[in-house]
Amino acid sequence: MQEPRVVEAILSRYRNLIILAIVIVAQLLLVAWQVRTSHDVRLIRIWAVTTVTPLAGVTEAVRRNTIGFLEDYFILLDVREQNRKLRQDNDRLKMENIYYRNQLTTAENSRALSAFQLQSASKTVAARIIGNGTASSAQVVFIDRGSTSGVAKGMAVVTPDGIVGKVIAAYPLASQVLLVTDPTFSVGVESQKAHIHGTLTCNGSNCVVDYIQNEEKVDPGEWFYTSGEDRIFPRGFPVGTAASVKSGEFMKDIHLNLSGAPGAADEVLVVLHGVHQLIPDTPPEQRMTQSLPAPPPDATPGPQTPKLATQADKIKQQYVDIGQEQNHAYGAIGSNMPNYNKPPAAPAQSPAQPETMSKPAAKPAALPAVRAVPPPSGILGARKPAPAKQPVTEKPSQVDNGPVLPLGAPRKKAPAPPQP
Amino acid sequence: MTEYSEQLLKKPLREGWLNRFQVLALLAITLVAIICQFYLPRLIPNIEFLEVPLLLTIYFGLMRQNQLSALFFGAFVGLAQDSLSHLPLGMYGIAKTLVGYFAASVGVRFDVDNGFVRFTLTFFFFFFHQFFYWIMRRALLGQIVPLDPQRILLQALLNAIVAVPLFMILDRMNLSGS
Repeated sequence: MQEPRVVEAILSRYRNLIILAIVIVAQLLLVAWQVRTSHDVRLIRIWAVTTVTPLAGVTEAVRRNTIGFLEDYFILLDVREQNRKLRQDNDRLKMENIYYRNQLTTAENSRALSAFQLQSASKTVAARIIGNGTASSAQVVFIDRGSTSGVAKGMAVVTPDGIVGKVIAAYPLASQVLLVTDPTFSVGVESQKAHIHGTLTCNGSNCVVDYIQNEEKVDPGEWFYTSGEDRIFPRGFPVGTAASVKSGEFMKDIHLNLSGAPGAADEVLVVLHGVHQLIPDTPPEQRMTQSLPAPPPDATPGPQTPKLATQADKIKQQYVDIGQEQNHAYGAIGSNMPNYNKPPAAPAQSPAQPETMSKPAAKPAALPAVRAVPPPSGILGARKPAPAKQPVTEKPSQVDNGPVLPLGAPRKKAPAPPQP
Repeated sequence: MTEYSEQLLKKPLREGWLNRFQVLALLAITLVAIICQFYLPRLIPNIEFLEVPLLLTIYFGLMRQNQLSALFFGAFVGLAQDSLSHLPLGMYGIAKTLVGYFAASVGVRFDVDNGFVRFTLTFFFFFFHQFFYWIMRRALLGQIVPLDPQRILLQALLNAIVAVPLFMILDRMNLSGS
């Protein structure tokens, strides 16, 4: 009879402590079950996220649309106190300027994201960061895209400037993103010049590239890109530059400056379908600079031929053609003298011949305003070949200087009527 | 014992909160605290140190002075916070359960209406919460997360500073039923 009373007394006396122990043990078992089975109590998380994220999204939208105007209003009040009369117009303009600048910045950000989306081979979806995780270290953020937008766990999150993190949970209307600055997050990286592979780990803003041996060559300021080995980020996304490179005991001590500013980004891209790319030869900022497009090719159709400016160039080209035709190598020992008197087999194909001679009547209207000249006779003073028939072409409207005469002939007017 | 210390230890009579406690208001203020933790760092940079759910747990523990209700409230707030974090459910739940229980235990012995007592207890409980959470992260999850005591102490100080006016506001709302 005494034992139940003792138990009752203990239970009544230590009731709160026992309940505390039960609650703690129950939660410990919950944690142990999640860790051991890698399962998550997804229903509770969905409820919580679905409750909180719409409210945060609405708050963010209201803030975006109102707080800028409120700030401008307070600024305006302050300026009025200082000098109401003189600065009233100026403040109005300033407020408008701020408004338009904000609009422009927003548009530029969206345009940059759109341009990056078009440029990138990977399929991405744009998302806005709407809140932070509730853990004290706060290396987790929530984005306003969830499984209904195609986002799934394990997808990479990037910006045009660099990497941001990875999706660790996708809910219907929102997703949880673990930032690359979290101590438990590692990224496979590759240096730009020597393509040395390493592992990036961060503790807040302090990012280090591990597992690069002292023998490898990495320069300060060198860019690192994702290597794709972590199976999260596609290869070729910029990560950051080496801030300092020191030799350690076995491995190099490389500190990295992240280029993506994961904690400060407002808009990000979720990589729905990643495509590995090559590591670019130039740093991202050089690739980002705008340059004029290449000049268009010449409008003249057909093969591009070198323009021969002088008669000597044409004769030299003719010698070259003759040499090639007769398999003669100029300057080579044992090569026979070519027959310079032999006319070229296909003079029209020679690049030295003007096009007006090769296709005399093809397009008369397109003929240049240069008189057709007889083919050069090869060597000066050699017997002139039979004169080619003058093609019947429309006479150009320019002044007729008469036919080209052989060397040494007296220049005189052509007899009228001209020869057929 | 001096007059001041007697004053600190003096406990005013409190009414049972079940009659007066506004459950809906409590749920709403908890939701607001969670949203503050979720959204405020996006709105105001460098405010990540503020642990509004923890301050709420400490307040209800101190003012309620009922160990059972305080530990259940701490567990509820902690699990809600866990559900929005990337860590397994129960990490914050355990830490805040203990904070709620100990806050209620301490609230019985001290005059928790005193601003200095509130400041000191908040400072202590914040440090305990963060330290215990770090231990659990290492022991249960095997995560090697660096501990920065100076940073935690500074955060505890800032949270204690915020807690004093926040508790006064909550007093005016009479949410604790005290």
